[in-house]
Formats: sequence, C-alpha cells, structure tokens
Amino acid sequence: MKKLLSLAMAATLAFSVVACGGTDNTQNNDNAAPEASEDAGSTDAASDAATEGDVSSSYNGVLKVGGIGPTTGGAAVYGKAVMNAANLAVEEINAAGGVNGMELQFQFEDDEHDAEKSVNAYNTLKDWGMQMLMGTVTSTPCTAVVNESAKDNMFHLTPSGSAVESIAQPNAFRVCFSDPNQGAASAQYIGENGIATKVAVIYDSSDVYSSGIYEKFAAESANQGIEIVAQGAFTADNKTDFSQQLQAAKDAGAELVFLPIYYTEASVILKQAAGMNYEPIFFGCDGLDGLLAVEGFDTSLAEGVMLLTPFAADAEDEKTKNFVAAYQAAYGEIPNQFAADAYDAMYIIKAAAEQAGITADMSVSDMCEGMKTAMTQITVDGLTGEGITWDAEGEPSKSPKAVKITDGVYTAM
Amino acid sequence: MSFISYLLNGISLGSVYAIIALGYTMVYGIAKMLNFAHGDVIMIGSYVAYMAINNMGLPIPVSILLSVIVCTLLGMMMEKIAYKPLRQASKLAVLITAIGASYFLQNIALLIFGANTKSFSSVVNMEPIQLAGGQLIISGETIATVVACIVIMACLMTFMKYSKAGHAMLAVSEDSGAAQLMGINVNATISLTFAIGSALAAVAGVLLCSAYPALTPYTGAMPGIKAFVAAVFGGIGSIPGAFIGGILLGVIEILSRAYISSQLSDAIVFSVLIIVLVVKPTGLLGKQIQEKV
Amino acid sequence: MKKLSKTTKSNLITYGIVVVAYLVCEILMRTGHMSSLMKGILVPLCIYAILAVSLNLTVGILGELSLGHAGFMCVGAFTGAVFSKCTVEMIAVPGLRFLLALLVGIVCAGICGILIGIPVLRLRGDYLAIVTLAFGEIIKNLVNAIYFGMDKNGLHFSMKDSIALGLEPDGVIIIKGAQGITGTPTDSNFTIGVILLLITLIIVINLVHSRTGRAIMAIRDNRIAAESIGINITKYKILAFSVSAALAGAAGVLYAHNLSTLTALPKNFGYNMSIMILVFVVLGGIGSIRGSMIAAVILTLLPELLRALNEYRMLIYAVVLIAIMIFTWSPKGIALRERYSLAKLLKRREKEVQ
Repeated sequence: MKKLLSLAMAATLAFSVVACGGTDNTQNNDNAAPEASEDAGSTDAASDAATEGDVSSSYNGVLKVGGIGPTTGGAAVYGKAVMNAANLAVEEINAAGGVNGMELQFQFEDDEHDAEKSVNAYNTLKDWGMQMLMGTVTSTPCTAVVNESAKDNMFHLTPSGSAVESIAQPNAFRVCFSDPNQGAASAQYIGENGIATKVAVIYDSSDVYSSGIYEKFAAESANQGIEIVAQGAFTADNKTDFSQQLQAAKDAGAELVFLPIYYTEASVILKQAAGMNYEPIFFGCDGLDGLLAVEGFDTSLAEGVMLLTPFAADAEDEKTKNFVAAYQAAYGEIPNQFAADAYDAMYIIKAAAEQAGITADMSVSDMCEGMKTAMTQITVDGLTGEGITWDAEGEPSKSPKAVKITDGVYTAM
Repeated sequence: MSFISYLLNGISLGSVYAIIALGYTMVYGIAKMLNFAHGDVIMIGSYVAYMAINNMGLPIPVSILLSVIVCTLLGMMMEKIAYKPLRQASKLAVLITAIGASYFLQNIALLIFGANTKSFSSVVNMEPIQLAGGQLIISGETIATVVACIVIMACLMTFMKYSKAGHAMLAVSEDSGAAQLMGINVNATISLTFAIGSALAAVAGVLLCSAYPALTPYTGAMPGIKAFVAAVFGGIGSIPGAFIGGILLGVIEILSRAYISSQLSDAIVFSVLIIVLVVKPTGLLGKQIQEKV
Repeated sequence: MKKLSKTTKSNLITYGIVVVAYLVCEILMRTGHMSSLMKGILVPLCIYAILAVSLNLTVGILGELSLGHAGFMCVGAFTGAVFSKCTVEMIAVPGLRFLLALLVGIVCAGICGILIGIPVLRLRGDYLAIVTLAFGEIIKNLVNAIYFGMDKNGLHFSMKDSIALGLEPDGVIIIKGAQGITGTPTDSNFTIGVILLLITLIIVINLVHSRTGRAIMAIRDNRIAAESIGINITKYKILAFSVSAALAGAAGVLYAHNLSTLTALPKNFGYNMSIMILVFVVLGGIGSIRGSMIAAVILTLLPELLRALNEYRMLIYAVVLIAIMIFTWSPKGIALRERYSLAKLLKRREKEVQ
C-alpha cells in the first residue's frame, strides 16, 4: 500500500511538474497579451485576426469586446445562444465598416453558470485585452462580475442578467427587463385585461430569475384583485415531474397558471397538463419564448399560451425576419430570447460607442465614462423593442409585447 | 381523490427510479462499484431513441431496440476501457473513473446533440384511463412504466435464479476469488452485468423521457442520483430492494411535495433516507454482513 | 544540530511549498508579472486546497468515504456571510469582522459535523457515503428556501418567501431564498487565504502525527482490533469528522467573502462540488496531505488553462481524469510507469533528497 502510495505521489508530482510548466507558459502568454493590447491598433489585430486576412488593415484600430456566459453545463443553451448571436452581430457590424471605423473583435468565455468561474472568465478576458464587457448571460454570475468590472471601471452591458443586483454598479446596463419589472407587468396585464382572477403559480424556487419574478408578481397581484390560489415551487434538482403542482392548481380551481420559468420546464408542464385533462390559460414571461422551437415538441400543446415577451422569433417585421434567417443559416437553429438580447446588445454598444466618439486608443476607464453618458442619450430600435432608452441606473425602458400562441405561431394580442 | 392521484403520480415516478436503480444495484452487487455514469447512459439511450424516431424515422419498437443495443455496447465498452484496468485498484479510484466517465458522456452529448432541449415524443400510444368520472386519470405512460418495471424485475429475478449466467453472477458477487477457482469467467460475468445494466438504462431512458419529455445532456444526472439513493434505500445489491426503494422514493417525493412543502421535498426525501439508514444500517432489504475478526 | 526525522522533514517540505508558492506569487504580483486570471484565481486555489486537505482527514486518515463535504462548506459560507452582512456597520475593521465571521462559520460547520457524525457511527462504506451525500443535498435545499431579514424590530425568518418576513420599510433582506446573499463585503484576500491554508495544514498534520491521529488510523486499518485495545471509536470518529467539517466551514467563509454574491447552486454546493473535492483527494493520493493540496491546485487551474480549447475543454478534463486514474492505479499503468523515464528520474531525485 505504501509503495503504491509513493508511486501515486511520484506520478502526481510528475504530472504537476508538467502542469506547472504549462502554467508558466500560458502565464507568459497572458502577460504578453495586455501589453500588446495597450497600444491596441494594428499589430495586435494582425496576430489575433489572422483568419480575417487583410480586411483588418482597412480599419482604424480595434475595439475588443468580451462576452461571458455558460457554454457547458445545465445552462449552456442560454450561453450558446448569446455567443452565436453576438458573433453574428459582430460579423455584420464589421462588414458594414465596424464601430466608428474600428474593427469589432469579440471573444466569448465559458462560466458554466457559476459565479466563481465567471470571475475567472472575466479575468481571462482582461488578459486578452478586453475593453468592454457584453455579459454575463445569467444573473448570479453577473452579480459577481459586476463588482469586478466596477473596480476596473469597465463598461458592462448584460444582455440577459435580469436580477436587480446584476447591474447594481454605475458602469452596468442591461438589454432585458429586470425580474421585478416583468413580475409586475404580468400581474398588471392579467388584472387590467380581466383574463383571470384565480391564479396558480408554478415557479423554480432555486432560480434567481424565476423567484424574482414570482415575488413581485405575488406582491402586485394583491393590487390587481388577483387571488393566488395555489403556488407550486420546484427546484433545479426536482424538475422532471410537475404532476403534483398541476394537480394542486387544478384542485384549487385556478383559471390561469402563471409560469415565470424557462421553456424547457414549460414544455414538460404543458404535456403533463394535457395528460391530466387540465386546460387553464397558461401565462408566461420572456423565458417561455423558445417553446415553439423545442425540437420534437408537439406545438398543439402550446395552443393558447400567452406570454409577455419583447421578442418573438416568428414576428413579421423586417428586422426579426432577417435576424432569424441569418441565425438559422449560420447555426441551424431558431434563435431564442437570449440570442435576440445579445444581438441587440452588440448594436447598442455600437450606437453608444459612436455617440460617445470612442476611439481605440482610449483607456478602458475613459471609454466607460463616455459610454455611461452616451447610454442615457441614445435611442435604439432593436429586435427586443422599438425606441429603447436607458436611465442612469442602467434599466432599459421598453414595453413588453403580449403575444398568444394560435395555430402554432405567435400572434400579437 | 387528490390523494389517490398523488399516490399514482408517485408510483409512476417511482417506477422510473426503480428501473434505473435495478441497473445500479446489479452493477454494484457484482462489480462492487458505484457506477456514477449510469445516469448518463440513460441520457445517451434517450438521445439514441430520439434520433431514431425523429431523424431517421424508424418505427418505435425498432428505435427502442436500437437504443438498447447502443447502450449495451456503450456499457461494455466503458467497462472494458475505464473500469476493467482498475479491477484490483482502490474502490475510490474506480469511483473517480466513473465520475470521469460521467463527465465525458455529458460533454460528448453536449457536443454531438447540442445544448438545446429536445422534446421527446412519448413512445406509449395508449389512451389514458379515466376513473371516477374523469376525476382520476391514469396516463398511458404510468401504466407502461409500472408494467415495464414489474416485468423487468421478474425477468431479472428469474434470470438470477434459474440461468447458469445468473448463478455465475451470484457466485461472483459472493466471492469473486472463489468463483474464479470454480471455473467461472469473472471478467465475462462482470462484462455481462454491465451489458444488462446498460440495456436497462436504455429502457429507463426511453420511459423517463416519455413521461417527462425534456431531453438535455444533463437529463440523466439527477434521476441517476435519485435512483442511487433508491438503491441504497432498498439495500444496495438486492433486486427486490431496488424496486421497493424506487417506488417508495417516488411516493415520498410526491406526497411530501403535495402535503408539506414543494420547495423542501428533496430535503424531506433525504431526511427519510438518513432515518431509515440509522435504524436499519444496510437498507430495507440489504444483507447484514457479519464482520470477521 | 539534531538530525530531523523523516516525517518532520516531509512536513517541513509541505509548509515550505506553501510559503515559497506564496512568496513567488507575491513577487510576481508586486512586479506586475501576473495575469489577471492568476490574480483572480489565487483565493479560490487556497479555498480548494483547504477543502482537499480537510476532506483527506475524513477519507484518507479516518478511511470513510464522504460525499457531502460541500454541505459543510455551504454551512460555513452562509453563516459567515450572514454574520458579516449583519455586522457590516457595527464592525468597521474588515480584518476583525472577517476573523469573527470565520469563527462563526467554523463553529456552525463543526456542530453540523458532530450532528452528522452520529449516524456515521452506525454506518459503513457506501451507506455512509450516501448519508453524507444526503446531508449535503439537505443543506443546499434548506438554504435555498430560507428567507432571513433584519429591521429595527430585530431579525425575521421565513421559509416561504420574502413577503412573509413582514419587514419594516427600512429593513434589509439578508438571505433571499434562492437569490442568496448579495453584497457580502469582500474581506478575503490571498494573504488571508494562505494563512488559513497554513493553519489548516498545521492542524491536520499535527493531528495525524499525534496520539489521536494514530488512534484514528488504527480505527481505519482495523476497527475491531482498535476497539479491542480500548480505543474509543465513537470519540475519535466524531472528532475526526467534526474537525474535517469545521475546516471545510473555514473554506466556506473564505469562499463567501471572495465574491460579492453567494447562492447555493447545485454547481457550487451540491454533490458535484463534493465529488470534485473527492477527486482532488484521490488524485493527490489518499492520505497524502501534500498530494491533495497539489492536486487541488492543478485540477482547479486545469480547466482555466484549457480555455483555448473552448467547448472541448470539459471533455479533455474528463479524459485526463480517467487517464490519470488508469495510469496511477491499473497494474499495466504501474508497470508502464516503472519503465517510464521521468518517473524514474523523479524517484531517483527523491531518494537523493532523502
């Protein structure tokens, strides 16, 4: 046993020597990166954008934007959507002459939906020479990263970090709605349009997004004369079966089931509800968008589902159609809410940077100051809303569209 | 009335746990290892069936068969590459390898099938049974799962009791050294165990996703852990124990969600497990092993 | 000078590695030769090293498989963070506040260790593993359902939602269910991390080489024989288990004060994390304190260094894990390694050192 142990030790040591060597190497590379990026410009772009060939020479410097989100792990679907859509936007922007004549470079790092990994990703991007941050995709990691980016005074725009705390710092803005905002808007919509008075809620109590919306919804319901007759929580470990929550809602006689959750779970809920002959109105928020695009999903189950979302992939306007077509051509999938937010985010960065007159040789902190002022001045027409403006707190002002699924497509209500 | 429907939901969920737990418990009983990758074999099985039905347009029985074959091969391959070299090694080393295999399967599924959720269309074409004037509805999936679970358990028990290979398995699980001396091919027996366990995983995967249709690369992880708990609950290594453990776990989970708290149902399930183990340290039907000095 | 014994020497090497690593990192940091990634990851490295060393006490020295180590870490993290957040206005000195939070976290995790140590006495092997796993999941589940707030009337507590707390308008919600704790003062830094790691090492190494440690190892090697010579099994098992839990609590406090947000996700406090720590211990060599420390550092760095591989990195990580286990444990791997020159070289060097 002892011999075996010592052998194991030797092996670990051998491995650690190799690994340490690896560490040193990358460290050196990492050290080189920021130095090179300080003078930004052509030399750095040449090494980094070798694939893009001689195009880069026609730009007036480089603007490096970093992105963070989960591309592995349970939340990978959101991170990948953001990464893909952002890349798509970057290609378009560069093809159209870049931002203020600068070439936009985008790098995306994985955070596995973990706060600690997210900070690591942020630091990796800093080593790469990031000048602005478009991230992070999920709320909790975003709350952790925003503290770091505030220390560096780096401009921070999150496409989909919806918790209140996610943009608590002055350098941070967001594209999506905040959770409380969605909860209140949902309750108001249901109340004002007299859709239902007896409501059941099924929400993910272990998820920041879901519980954030639920809380505000519950508070606002009281003002709208809505009675919450059943509330069924589930957790991340417990989301295969929803029969009990649906049964409770059915027994309580709920006319409407509010689902402030993501479409993955919603697809199961709809199926199970159909299985038990329970047909209330289902009402959701932007997380439900993507439901119809779930591969293999029987869309007839989603008939009559209402959702309050700023983006619908089968909307008929020119912008959405082009985006969906381009996204599908590039990645073979129908883009979801997250993709739309990220696509808008890149264009918002472009608009604000042009408004502020950002140039490649500005320091990160100067850029941030310029962007902060510019963000409150610009008005952006994006996929997720017309005429979006921002206040100094970083909250967007846009109105959610209520849509209803009829005959397998979204129709405006 | 709602109590009965909760109970039925619990039994339905429990039988899925039970089928997974049967695979867990067989592998544990014979190879004496916790195969943490078992849950991920389930996920692979579901993906294969999904691809066969939706992308290749194969009929459902053929798809299930294909999924069983792929999982059987996968299980045997995993055993051959990752576990067999470590037969003599510390138990912990094998556990870590199994965890490595689990990560591997999850990430390879992520690369091949993507992160997007796939909605599994049910393989059960049975009209739900309505009782008490529509008050009580038993879905086709529930019936299929419970029946499949009982059939599988009966087959396994018959196999263990009457077939030669089954006797060999029992002998290996009792004392692999002595079994080898008696002329039993221990390696082949363990390989066969993995094959059966993984085939069961494929069936479990198809049934799991028929009842709860969201399929992602991480679908298998949590049911895998729950089934592991169920196997321990019933006494790990015991086939009827895995069945009882699975059903009980499902029922406790649903009832505690219904009557105590839906947020704390996991905590309640696990607390019950701890209490059971404190009272009966080897699970409900586990063998009490006498220690020799 | 009296010649040092072999164990003392080995222990000094362990401490030496930490001190030298600390000095090298500090010098690199001061002279600006360290990447942001490395700067950011230093505290997590200390956290994982502490966790690995403390779990080794249970797995390697006591010989019991525990799959719930992250649960103790979770207890430490949340109690420590709640303390810091409650007293952020009362105690202005970050160092003192952190020290007190650390004590609170350690004591709470230790108590949990004793509580879970009681069923430990009755169970063995995989049954014990499942009880610890269950415990870890219970803690995570409970923490996700707790709402805790403070206003001028005192502390409020609820298991339902934040509305049920009934806070005065000026009240602050400290734990907001699944949304966890935000705005914890980031009081920890690399120096504190290294000091904690050194203290952990001193505690564990001294415990192992004391009379108590020998008793614990006797229980591991042969429980019945140990009992027959009058070793109080209950006492020593609980002792080892609760010390291990308390140290994990300390790592938790460090974790909570490293980031401004703390939530109990399956990723950071679930069984995944427990297994992760177990991987450190097994890979570093079961029972080898130095090994677990080194393995924790390497395996935490590995996924970060593999970032260039993008979506393949976790796949590579899994392959590396399996390959190392086969390489270190299978008979063929061992034979191969004996012929392998690097290992031989290292062994020879080790002999020279000795």
